[in-house]
Amino acid sequence: MALEDLFKVVKDRSMADTKPKADPKQKKASPKVEIPKGLLFKCPRCGTVVYRDDFERNRSVCSACNYHARINFRERLEMTADKGTFTELDAGLTSVNPIDFPGYENKIAALQKECGLREAVVTGVCTIHRYKTVIGIMDSNFMMASMGSVVGEKITRAFEYATEHKLPVVLFTASGGARMQEGIISLMQMAKTSGAIARHSESGQLYVTVMTDPTTGGVTASFASLGDIIIAEPKVLIGFAGRRVIEGTIKQKLPDDFQSAEFMLENGFVDMIVERKVMRPTLSKIFRTHNYTRSEEYKGGAAL
Amino acid sequence: MSSLTATQRLSIIREKGRPTVKDYIPALFNNFLELHGDRHFGDDAAIIGGVGMFDCTPVTVIAQVKGRNLEENKRSNFSMPHPEGYRKALRLAKQAEKFHRPVICFVDTPGAFCGIDAEKRGQGEAIARNLMEFMTLKTPILTIVLGEGGSGGALALAVCDELVMLENALYSVISPRGFASILWKDPTRESEAAELMKITAEDLLRFGVCEHIIEEPDGGAHRDPALMIENIAEYLTESLPRLCSVSTDEMLERRYEKFRRIGEFRDNS
Repeated sequence: MALEDLFKVVKDRSMADTKPKADPKQKKASPKVEIPKGLLFKCPRCGTVVYRDDFERNRSVCSACNYHARINFRERLEMTADKGTFTELDAGLTSVNPIDFPGYENKIAALQKECGLREAVVTGVCTIHRYKTVIGIMDSNFMMASMGSVVGEKITRAFEYATEHKLPVVLFTASGGARMQEGIISLMQMAKTSGAIARHSESGQLYVTVMTDPTTGGVTASFASLGDIIIAEPKVLIGFAGRRVIEGTIKQKLPDDFQSAEFMLENGFVDMIVERKVMRPTLSKIFRTHNYTRSEEYKGGAAL
Repeated sequence: MSSLTATQRLSIIREKGRPTVKDYIPALFNNFLELHGDRHFGDDAAIIGGVGMFDCTPVTVIAQVKGRNLEENKRSNFSMPHPEGYRKALRLAKQAEKFHRPVICFVDTPGAFCGIDAEKRGQGEAIARNLMEFMTLKTPILTIVLGEGGSGGALALAVCDELVMLENALYSVISPRGFASILWKDPTRESEAAELMKITAEDLLRFGVCEHIIEEPDGGAHRDPALMIENIAEYLTESLPRLCSVSTDEMLERRYEKFRRIGEFRDNS
């Protein structure tokens, strides 16, 4: 195998929309691309290149700048829930094509195959440090975890389940916003989920949001911003409007830390920034201080 | 009612002479008093609010302000609210709840403003808070979409017991231009996007998003503003007592269910 075959461009998954697109002509002129796929990880925030193995062992956190990179549903579940305690809710919900958007069904089918998920959010019940909770994890690999009918319905049902069973809810949010391909129906999911949260809240139960990379658009403008306690992972993108949209409006370049977790903390919209390695004990403390009791069902240790 | 395409309606609602809340409020409500400010940061001229009388009923009015000319538009930021606008709306809605007044919202916006200050002051949080609080507000809420209902910026005044649209009004997840620009990277395909997105009042009636359509004069509201006002007044005369006669528990249950039902999916479990 030629050496060059080992070298492929790793798509910058985190800030893809903020960087200028590579000119295809230029690409031809210099075929040697620097980052070997699978072997190295280049941090989209600070540009540091590290071995992927080391990066993954570090819970997919950049060792240089502490950026908490995007991880998939399975990785998140493994590092959050007590081992073997997760039971999925509403696993069978799949998208249809309410506005007949061309190619939508095919896109969904391809993503289901690629991600091994039916949709962009997985909800269920698990224990964390033996505290029983409803959990929801959004996976940005699935159409940037945009919210259509299924995401809205699963989150709504998760809150309704939690209200009925007197359980707290922890949501790991990540999303590009409302799913354009489902038109107005997507917008209505913002209201629907917020309604279910209102009822859960009125019943006196706790809702904790963990904002992960990226939490934006209609998800920021609905359930992500409604937690009793809002946690963010370090250096992640959090905002309402897209960066490009704002730059287009004000005709100037935005500072790098604009719409970061740190920016949101400074402006008073998140309670705390929490690193992955202490997420479980932090959630555990929160459950404890809200008078939840540990379940006896699970005696094992932490998943990680 | 006329059967026009979404693109034709788009050009009607962009007509310079199309009436705005500046025309509707004085014509529909007596003794209107404007109330300013969100009590936290400032007063947003993109949303005006206040109290007034509709016939013999005191009501709270919350309205997005599209300007009738450049000067007015500059003042109201082309009807694109900042977070303090949504927080003023929430304050007035809570006040209406206290005094058992129905709330009438007028939606006419391309969307919530996208800018540095809007982000700093929590545009996302402000909209989210309204969605949650309006859902459980213990007084009737009625929303009328006058022209453009753009995205979350419109929805923040549209969690309600009854959503009605003027015949040519549009209500969408994003503007057709934004849709074309995001999905096809080509904003010039606006008209194609408008047709595809299903954003007319008739479409939204089918989806269960909109409950009622108020007829416009032939050719659009700008052709005969007086008739348009009369049609809106007629609708309010019918709907307000009807909405006010429902018990609070029943009203909140129906409001929850109205949104709870919306969504299309397959359940394979």
